Amino acid sequence: MTEPVRSPRSDRSPWYWLLLIPVVLPLVTPLFNRDSPRLWGFPAFYWLQFLFIFVGVATTSVVYQMTKRPTRASAPETREAVDE
Amino acid sequence: MSDHITEIVVFSLLFLLVSGMGFVAARWRAPKDMAHLDEWGLGGRSFGGWITWFLVGGDLYTAYTFVAVPALIFGAGAAGFFAVPYTVVIYPLFFLILIRLWSVSHRHGFVTPADFVRSRFDSPLLALLVAITGIVATMPYIALQLVGIEAVLKTMGVTGESALARHLPIIIAFAILAAYTYQSGLRAPALIAFVKDTLIYIVIIVAVLYLPYKLGGWGSIFDDANAKFQASKAPGDGITLNANNQIQYITLALGSALALFLYPHSITGVLASKNRNVIKRNMSALPAYSFLLGLIALLGYMAISAGVKPLPGAKAGSVDSNTVVPLLFDQQFPSWFAGVAFAAIGIGALVPAAIMSIAAANLFTRNIYKEYLKKDATPAQEANVSKITSLVVKVGAVACIIFLDPQFSIDLQLIGGIIILQTGPAVALGLFTRWLHRWALIAGWAAGMGMGMWMLYNIPNATTGRKHFGGSAFPLSDLGFDSPKTIYVGFVAVAVNLLVAVVVTLILRAAKTPDGIDHTSPDDYFADEGDPRLEKARTTPDADAVTSST
Repeated sequence: MTEPVRSPRSDRSPWYWLLLIPVVLPLVTPLFNRDSPRLWGFPAFYWLQFLFIFVGVATTSVVYQMTKRPTRASAPETREAVDE
Repeated sequence: MSDHITEIVVFSLLFLLVSGMGFVAARWRAPKDMAHLDEWGLGGRSFGGWITWFLVGGDLYTAYTFVAVPALIFGAGAAGFFAVPYTVVIYPLFFLILIRLWSVSHRHGFVTPADFVRSRFDSPLLALLVAITGIVATMPYIALQLVGIEAVLKTMGVTGESALARHLPIIIAFAILAAYTYQSGLRAPALIAFVKDTLIYIVIIVAVLYLPYKLGGWGSIFDDANAKFQASKAPGDGITLNANNQIQYITLALGSALALFLYPHSITGVLASKNRNVIKRNMSALPAYSFLLGLIALLGYMAISAGVKPLPGAKAGSVDSNTVVPLLFDQQFPSWFAGVAFAAIGIGALVPAAIMSIAAANLFTRNIYKEYLKKDATPAQEANVSKITSLVVKVGAVACIIFLDPQFSIDLQLIGGIIILQTGPAVALGLFTRWLHRWALIAGWAAGMGMGMWMLYNIPNATTGRKHFGGSAFPLSDLGFDSPKTIYVGFVAVAVNLLVAVVVTLILRAAKTPDGIDHTSPDDYFADEGDPRLEKARTTPDADAVTSST
């Protein structure tokens, strides 16, 4: 365990809190458990839950962009480390 | 049978095509040395974004899901739509939790979740419990994939008088599947998933554009469904939820999501990807399948609107509601297109069945064979044992379907989802904290299992008239609450599990019981591709290629 540790000791970021939205939103049934308003014939119960899929995609994409660090294959200093 | 000839021909041709691909897959992205569990069982841990998307998508959204979810919507309405929130909630959880499992497994060469538990909590017994739970939960899941194929075969009129004649097509299909999984390992389902998912997307996009046009628009489809549920006497149905099944809907969606990422086959799919960014990017891309699943679910309403009558079930007087989607395609589309749809479902059963059998085989090899039978097994011996175990697992699944009532597999699957949840405190919480004591986790597991079994045993099914194992909706009144509401069994069982684990931990800590050595270090949970401290022996040629070409 004396060798230098190259991985960060933590990947904490406030952006991760954003992921609470797609976990909680689809589970609050009073928000969407109704027939009207309809959209293209879909009751609100259905089109709102389809919409939540896009909320999930948007939030995970934002969190990914905001928390990503360069991969080791593309970061020059770590590339040398691998070659050692 | 004659009027289904076109369907059968199209189905058989597509089936043969993917079988050929399954065998060729052994040479796809081939390593120098296939005789290593990392290669056979995890595809060399080398899959990039696209392969992972198809593989995990093909893995999580199984043929049974595609057949059973619309069947549920057909029968009960809105309550069956839980599949959508379930598959929305799961990806943020993957993003936060499984990414850590990937890192720690990458660095230590873990192949199964039980490998991780063993190192983290220094407890072979806890690892054994996690492994056995995983195998027991996975077996009926594989058997259910066969139920998916059978629903299609039944619709095409491929049935027989004797049990053997009826099951012959399935036996042949699974024999082929077993042969190419044995040869190609995880590479076979990864390659076949491309075909399977392309077919499914085409079929569903065509269906959701064409069928509403033919049936008078989405509005009238929902109105027809509403009229059916208004007329029925069953209390829980309708196109929206009622006051009594909302808690069930919420806890079932959340509980199923938690269960899904603890299933060994989901973990196998994730561990096969090559780095953290591949997984994270996929969490934004995989919901495309959730959208697809939502549309597939609505096929259940289209079947109501089209007046589909499900085929009779195994017992006289019962109906096999799993046949509603195949029948919808059979009745509404030209037979060649119905054949493509049936092939999509049939092939859709092969991908998850292959991954599940690999995952179960890996658990046996790593956590039973290597742990208890042959401690000094070489990587080549491990790969060999896993290959043979995957055959045994598939024979077991086929035997379940042939010799037992299919209802038994469905019951076991219901139990499977609940018991796999009981590994959550050790596997998922274990990724974040070691505070829970290893003996407390064992006690919690036992309590959760007991609670889950007791609750399931006491749930009757009103429609089939069975007294036990009738579903996963437990009446709160049976727990002493004065309420007609129901709750998902798995959710209560895992809550009991956690409570016991916490209480026993407090007692054991007070008694200063030794809690073993943590063989992982905090930075293991963030390790990424190219990490200099990998313990696993890389056998893939591209591992050298990455370092030398850059």
